[in-house]
This record gives sequence, C-alpha cells and structure tokens, in this order.
Amino acid sequence: MRQLIPLIPFLPFLGFLVNGLFGKKLTKQAVGLIGSGTVLLSFVLSLFCFGEVANGGALQTTVYEWLSVGDFHVPFGFLVDHLSVWMMLIVTGIGFLIHVYSIGYMHGDEGFWRFFAYLNLFVFSMLLLVMGDNFVMMFFGWEGVGLCSYLLIGFWYNNVEYGKAARKAFIMNRIGDLGLLLGIFLIFSHFGSISFLNVFSKTTGVAPEIITLICLLLFVGAMGKSAQIPLYTWLPDAMAGPTPVSALIHAATMVTAGIYMITRCNVLYSLSPTALGVVAAVGLATSIFAAVIGLRQNDIKKVLAYSTVSQLGLMFLALGMGAYTSAMFHLSTHAFFKALLFLGAGSVIHAMGGEQDIRNMGGLRKKLPVTFAVFAIGTLAIMGFPLMSGFFSKDEIFANTFLAGGQLWWGLAVLSGLLTTAYMGRLLFVTFYGEFRGTEEQRHHLHESPKVMTVPLMVLAALSIFGGLLNTPHIFYLPNTQWMTGWLSANVPAHGDVQHLPASTEWTLMFIATGLMLVVLFTTWLLYAKKRNVPVADAAQPALTRLIANKFYVDEIYDFLFVKPLEKLGTWLYRSADIRLIDGLVNGVGSGVQAFGAQVRKLQSGGLENYLVLMVGGVVVFLLMLFLR
Amino acid sequence: MSLILLLIPLLGSLLLFFLKNTPAKQVALAISLAQLAVTVAALLGFNADGSFNYEINWPWVAGAGISFRLGLDGIGMLLVTLTGLLVPLIIYATQNRLPARANEAQFYGLVLLMQAAMTGSFMALDGLLFYVFYEMALVPIYFICALWGDEDRIRVTLKFFLYTFAGSLLMLASLIYLYLQTPDNHSFSMEALYAVQLEPTAAAWVFLGIFLAFAVKLPLFPFHTWQPDTYVSAPTAGVMLLSGIMLKMGGYGFVRWLMPVAPEGAGQVLPIAIGPAVAGIVYASIIAMRQQDIKRLIAYSSIAHVGLIGAGIFVWNLSGLQGGLIQMLNHGINAVGLFFVCDILEKRLGHRQLAGMGGIAKQAPKFAVLFMIVLLGAVAVPLTNGFVGEFLLLQGVAGYNLWLGAVAGLTIIFGAVYMLRVYQLAMFGEASETTANFPDLDRREMLVLGVIATLVIVLGFFPQPVLDLTAASVEKLMAK
Repeated sequence: MRQLIPLIPFLPFLGFLVNGLFGKKLTKQAVGLIGSGTVLLSFVLSLFCFGEVANGGALQTTVYEWLSVGDFHVPFGFLVDHLSVWMMLIVTGIGFLIHVYSIGYMHGDEGFWRFFAYLNLFVFSMLLLVMGDNFVMMFFGWEGVGLCSYLLIGFWYNNVEYGKAARKAFIMNRIGDLGLLLGIFLIFSHFGSISFLNVFSKTTGVAPEIITLICLLLFVGAMGKSAQIPLYTWLPDAMAGPTPVSALIHAATMVTAGIYMITRCNVLYSLSPTALGVVAAVGLATSIFAAVIGLRQNDIKKVLAYSTVSQLGLMFLALGMGAYTSAMFHLSTHAFFKALLFLGAGSVIHAMGGEQDIRNMGGLRKKLPVTFAVFAIGTLAIMGFPLMSGFFSKDEIFANTFLAGGQLWWGLAVLSGLLTTAYMGRLLFVTFYGEFRGTEEQRHHLHESPKVMTVPLMVLAALSIFGGLLNTPHIFYLPNTQWMTGWLSANVPAHGDVQHLPASTEWTLMFIATGLMLVVLFTTWLLYAKKRNVPVADAAQPALTRLIANKFYVDEIYDFLFVKPLEKLGTWLYRSADIRLIDGLVNGVGSGVQAFGAQVRKLQSGGLENYLVLMVGGVVVFLLMLFLR
Repeated sequence: MSLILLLIPLLGSLLLFFLKNTPAKQVALAISLAQLAVTVAALLGFNADGSFNYEINWPWVAGAGISFRLGLDGIGMLLVTLTGLLVPLIIYATQNRLPARANEAQFYGLVLLMQAAMTGSFMALDGLLFYVFYEMALVPIYFICALWGDEDRIRVTLKFFLYTFAGSLLMLASLIYLYLQTPDNHSFSMEALYAVQLEPTAAAWVFLGIFLAFAVKLPLFPFHTWQPDTYVSAPTAGVMLLSGIMLKMGGYGFVRWLMPVAPEGAGQVLPIAIGPAVAGIVYASIIAMRQQDIKRLIAYSSIAHVGLIGAGIFVWNLSGLQGGLIQMLNHGINAVGLFFVCDILEKRLGHRQLAGMGGIAKQAPKFAVLFMIVLLGAVAVPLTNGFVGEFLLLQGVAGYNLWLGAVAGLTIIFGAVYMLRVYQLAMFGEASETTANFPDLDRREMLVLGVIATLVIVLGFFPQPVLDLTAASVEKLMAK
C-alpha cells in the first residue's frame, strides 16, 4: 500500500493534465468521466489506506528529496496517519460527489473542460496539503489550493467583478500565507527540522515564548485560509465562483485547512495557553459576527457563505478550548451538510435560471420536491436539530466550551448557534415557502434537476442525517460512543484523564441549547412561513438592519484604511520620491559634473567613444606604470 | 573548455561584424546553440566539489602578477549556464521583431559580443580580467539600446552607461588599492585579493567602492533609477539581456568579488546596506502596483526581486546564498518570459498601456495559459521555479532577523497584487475593439514561451540539481 500512496494525489493531477491539455478536443462525457473517475480512484485508495492505518498505524513514504540546503531537508513525502486519512476521505469522498454533480451543473458551459481541469488540480493540491509529512509540503498544498480557488472564483473571467473577487481571495490568503511561512521558518530555526514527526517529538527544548510565537504565526495562516476575523472578507465574495466550487472549496474542504493545521499541530498549541486563548477568542468573535451578518443577507449563496465563516469560527472556538477532536468532528459534519446546502442552493439557482436573490423565489417546495427535501435536511442538520449530525457535533463543542471556558463562553457559543438557526430558518422558509415571487418566465422554466445532480444530493443528505453517529456523546451509551475521538487519539494525545462534565450537567446544557434552538426555529417559521414575511428592499430598512445588511461596511473600512492609502502611496512614491527626489539627485550629480566639466571641456567631448578611449587608456597607463616601476 | 566557452561567442561576433551579407539571424542562432551545446557538455563533465573546473592560467602581464585566468566553480557554472541557455532563446524570440534601423548583422554581433563578455566575467579568476570583461559587457549593450531602442533611447542609455560606468570605476579603484596591498610583486589573482588583510577604515572604503559598482548594476534601491527608463526604452532583446543576464553580474559580483574580498568591511557596511535592500523590495513593489505601462511595471517588479536577492546574499548564510544563486537563474528565466509577454502584447496592440487591454484570454487561450504559468513563477507559487528562490531567500533573511524577514516577505503579498492586476487588466474582462481580434501565439512564440513555461515547472519540482551545483562552492566561500 505504501508504494501506492503517491498515486492518491497524483491521479487527480493526471486528470488535470489530461483535461487541461486535451480537454478541449474531448467530449463532455469523457471530460466528466476523467475528472470524477480519478477522484473516485483516489477515494478508493484512501479507503484502503484507512484500513491499513486502522490495522497497522501510520504510513510514511518519501517520493524524492525536493530540496536540501545544509541541514534543511524538504522531502516530497507523505504521511498517512489517523488524522490525514480522515481528511483524505472527506476530500476525495465529498470531492467525488461534487465532481459528479458538476457534470450536470456545468453541462451547458463552454468552459466545461477547463472547469474539471481546475477542480482536479484543486483536489491534487488539497491532498498535498493534508498528506504532506512536513510543514513545507503542507505549504505547497496550502498555496496550491489558494491558486485553484483564485482560478475557480474567477472562472467566468469576462465578468470584471468576479475577477476582483478572485484577486481579493488570493491576496488575502497570501497575507495569511506570509504568517504561515514565517512560522515555518521559526520552526526550522528552533526545532532544526520541518518534519511533523520530528518537530512534535522535540518540544521540550524550546522556550514557551517561541512556541507561542510559532502558534500565533501559524494561526495567521489559518485566519486567511479559513476566513476568520480580520481576514474573512474574501469568502463571501468568493461566491462569484460556480456553485460546486463554493460547495467543495469554500465550504467542505479548503477553508477547513486551518482547522486541520491546528489539529495537526495540537502538540504545539497545547503548550501555549496564550495561543489557544487567541484562537478561541477570534473563533468565537468571528462566529457571532458572521452569523449576525448572515441574518440580513438576501443572496442565497451569501447567507451560506457567512454561515460557513460562522461555523468555522465555532470550530476554532473548539480548538481554542483544546477540544481538537470536537473541531474535527464538526469539520466532518459541516462538510456533509454545508456541501449539501450549497449543492442544494445550486439546484435552486439552476432551476431559477441563475437567480440568487431569495426575495425573488418563494414557494419552491412544490416545484422542486427533492431539492426542498435535501435542503431542509441540510438546514436542520446545521441548526443542530435533535439527532441530526450537526446536533451531535455542536453539542460536543458546547459541552467542551462549558468545561474549559465556563458559562460565559458557553453562553456566547450557544448564542452563535441560535443565530445560525435564525438565519437558516429565514433562508429555508423564504426560499421554499409562501408564494412564488419570480417572473413568469422563471415560473415556466422551474424544473427539478437531473439525476446526476440529485443523487449526490441524496448521498450527502444521508450523511447529514447520520453523520452524528461518528462521535456520539458518552451520555447516550451507544456502542459507538466517541468513535472519532478514539480514532484521532493517535494524533491528539489525551492530556491526563479524559474529562467529562457530570452527566446531569451535560443533559441540562443540551436541553437548554436545544430548547432555545426550537423556540428560534418556531419563531422563524412563524415569521417567514406562516406570516409570509419577505425581506424588504435595503433602502427601506431601519438603520441598524441596513448596517448589518451592508456587512458593517468592513470592506469599505479596509478599502479606506489599506487599499486607498497604498494606492496613493504608490503614485506618490513613483512621482515624487522616485522621479523627483532620487532620480533628481542622480541627475543633479550628473549636472554638477557637467558644470565642472565645462572647465575642462577641451578634454571631454561628451562622446561615448572618448570615454571608452579614456577607460582603455587608463588601464594602459596603469600597466605602463607597473612596468616602469 | 572555459576558453571554448569564451571563444565561440567572441569569434561568432567577429564573424557577424565582418560578414555583412550573411543571413545574420540564422548564423547567430546557430552560434548561440553551439555555445549552449558546449555549456551542456561542460555541465555533464562538471565536478561540483567546490574546486575550479576547466581552469586555464596564462601569464598576461607576468611581472605585475596579472594573468589571463579562467575557471568554473559551481557558482560560475550556474551563471554560464544561465547565459548559455538564455541567449539562444533571446535571439530566437526576437528574430523578425527588430526595428529596421541598422545592419542586422551588427545587432547579432553585439549580442554575441555581450555573451562573450558576460561569460568571461563569470569565469574570470583574476581581478583585473574580471574588471575588463565586466566593462566590456557594457559596450555592446550600450549600442544595442542606443541604436535599436525607442525615441528616448539616447538620453536614457547615456545615463545608464555613465551611471554604471561610474560605479565600476569605484570598483576599479578598490581593486587597485587591494592589489597594492598584496605581498611581494603584487598580484590580481583571486586568492591573493582574498588573502589581503585590511585595517577597518580601509576595509570599509574598499568594500564601499566595490559595493557601489554592483549595487548600481543589480540595481539595488536607491541606485536603481537608471533601470526603469532603460528597460522601457530598450528593444526587447536588450531588456532581456539586461534583466535576464547582465544584472546577475551584480549579484555574482557580490558573491565572488565583494564579500570574500573585503570581509572586514562587510561587518561595517552590510548592516546599513541590508536595510535599503529590504526597503527597496517594498518600495519597488508599491510603485509597481500603480504602473499603467506593463513594461515599466515589470521593470519595477524586477527591482523588488533583485532587492531580495541582494538581501539574501548580504545576510551571508547558507539559505540566503543558495537562494540568491538559484533565484538568479530563475529570475533570469522568468524575466525573459515576462518581457517576451510584453513584446507580444505591444507588437499586436501597438501600445503597452494596461488600460487599453482586456479580454485577451478568450481570444488567445494558448497565450493565456503560458502567460499564466510564467506569472505563477513570478509570484512564487510553490512548485514553480520562482518559489524555490524566494523561499530560501526569505528563510535566509528571516534567519538573520525574523522581522526583517517579515518585511521582505511582503513581496509575496505585493507581488500577487501587482501581477494579478496585470493579468486581470490585460487578459480578463470583456474584449475591447483593439483586443477583439488578438491573434493567438504563432509557432515561434509558442516555442519560446513553451520552453520558458516548462522550465518554470520543471525547476519548481526539481530544484535540487541546481542547488547541488553550487552547494560546495558556497560552503567553501562561507568557510572563509
């Protein structure tokens, strides 16, 4: 098996090459088959790896030495252990479903082959990210997925706005990447290695402040990639990309890279309470902030985008509480239901002929029964409706937050959960209930999506319902209790005895959170399904609502604080500093010499030939002097 | 072998100067390909243990300790390879694209003469010989730019010439001072110059003199102001020679003829010099963000890139040096690619203003893909050639001082800002009237950009052979 590991990322890479180089000449069937087939093969191989890891532990293999300078060695090496094989299954499994869905979703697009080429390149990069056995390999994948994200957000490149969104995503990610890069440099200079296994086994000799600095720098990378405050603003704009891209890259996989990285480095983070505190605080703040914005968005994909930011925040909260496996659990269930929601939204947009504003939808549940059913399942799952996947993973985060952070942190985390229920309830009811508010033409065109799109939706729906079984809480006394925590224990060593809240406390917390959630759900049903409220036009809203609808003007603030000043600086540096000052000085020296030269003009004609003669002459005179000495 | 590497382009250029009615471009291409073949042969037989291969040492002015001495260690071999690789590419790329002003044979003669001088400077192991080659390279590029450049060429080129010439005179003064400190009969040999021990004040002056010569050549901020104008006004072949190869003489000079020659001065001057080098990265990047002329934009981006090379060399650690050297190769390849892209745009549109472009990706998909790959190398995406150098350079600078590394690291953000802006404005969006009929690449352009794009990816996946070439020589230099 070990020898086959490199095939897992390189099969999609092969798909990228074939579709990228020859896709234009191939039929759409062939392109789709190559695109999704390679990912399916990777998934099957990952399953084999899963079996191997379950039986025999981690697998490591080095393809070749990519770079070696002195003591600095970077092998092109893969580490398949409990953590990475889990990520591989999510990436290739969900990835495969989304590839299949895309065959239907993109069938009318002239860039069909290009789309599949990019998508395969993304899967390759994402697999490098999670399979690399060292920090630099992870960085390859880290930047690679950023590039694919750029290419896919700007997929419809005729649209200038989409291009802007793509650049914004790449640049904001690069800001984070610089932090990550510096963190990696610091790791090498203090640990003498960049291999995961070496670094994590040598933490004793390194000063705590250094570890804190490393963790914070790595976290800057995570802020960019996983869209946390202050680097989150690219993700909502990234919705410019085709919807399958939003599902795969901007919900299920790429944006969770930060969660993966911190879980991977949990040994370091656990040594730094400061870093964990920062992670928790940023995560919680992002979670609430993004959820509030989500309350007042009317673009179906934007709501889901802010929801993603918010859920990622919740995962960072879990990480900050030291509950690494809870974060990974929520990462997994979130991958199921958020991919489902995005693809469901894609199905709606597909049916509505490109319409994304929920104010122009309504009453779709009768026309799109399958899409409605799966979207409702996804919605209930993300809300944490009892016994759905999100219920278990959120409950675990809440319980761990209570355990490690106390009541206030718990209360705020639950608040974030309630906001989620509110904006998702609004989204579901406004879109699928009430009267149809689109044009006659849209009504005429409404159709359920083809099988190639709905079957992946059903698979994801099943996962969204039953995904919670991965890690049922101990108070349920099921045979598979805490399976995932056990699976990941090889990567996330338990510190001392495993702590649990007393069962009575845990039941109480669960009842409070769930009870409140049901109240909020009922309220949104009342408001948007029963009373059929439709969000009014932005201008007609009260000031606070308008502030939220305009995303607190954060983009405008960044523009004012960073973009505009840099642009002005660029112009000023060019015109004033470079041309007038520095070049002026250089020319001034030239003129000074000229003025002086006027005195000895007879010697100098200003012709270049004479200078050359002088130069050669000088050397000759010098040589003569040596001889005559 | 080293003599052959010098003589092929030198005799080739003489041939072209005297045979007026030959099909000059084919002859020039053949000669440069022959040189490439010999370079490859030299690489194959190369012993990268830090010693000097293919050494010849003839007394030149024996009584004065001046010799005609050539030899190649890994560092020299790397740069000779860069030269041997790029010159045929440049000749092939710019055939049929020359403003018909003067005799074409002369143009190619000058290109080959320049190759001879640059190759010589990378092989010279005698201080005076190095200086002679170093200056010799200035003459052909002066004429290339002054005869085949744009309207502004005379003023701009004269300034370039005088500026760099003034710098080299300072170097000559320093070298002569050093020479006079060598024992006995004096010697200009590299080892003798390395061995001179100077007292602090003298060392600082000697260091400064040589430093300025190379800082102007590279160019490092704030000695860079000749560069944008010269690049913009030079013909495409000229700007490729300048940015692809010639400025590496500055970086090479730092490594071979500055740091080991006056290490006593390094401690005094460098802490002051690293600051401007790093500041120049940010400075040039910010200016590049606002440029409208794509050629000027790439000129400024080049200042940012070589600023990082300079900083990496100045910190004088293994990562910085190895990164600086491999980046000289990779920057050379990428710069030629980017300036060729400029040329393709300018030839088809008649101008270089970003504002008048847009929508080209749809009209010219092959061009779009290859341009994108070259661009990815320029913004240092992992598994492209540009990443290897920037990664090692930043590691070197961050190893010297983490916060200086952070400032230098802004290049990965700003680089993305200005390069993606170029791509957006030129390639994406809706086609305008001028770009609506943009023809895709012809076979010649396809071949040139294809070779460059292949190098971008292959050197990104497999950088180690290049690093192995220079590793032993670098360690030897650092041990001094």
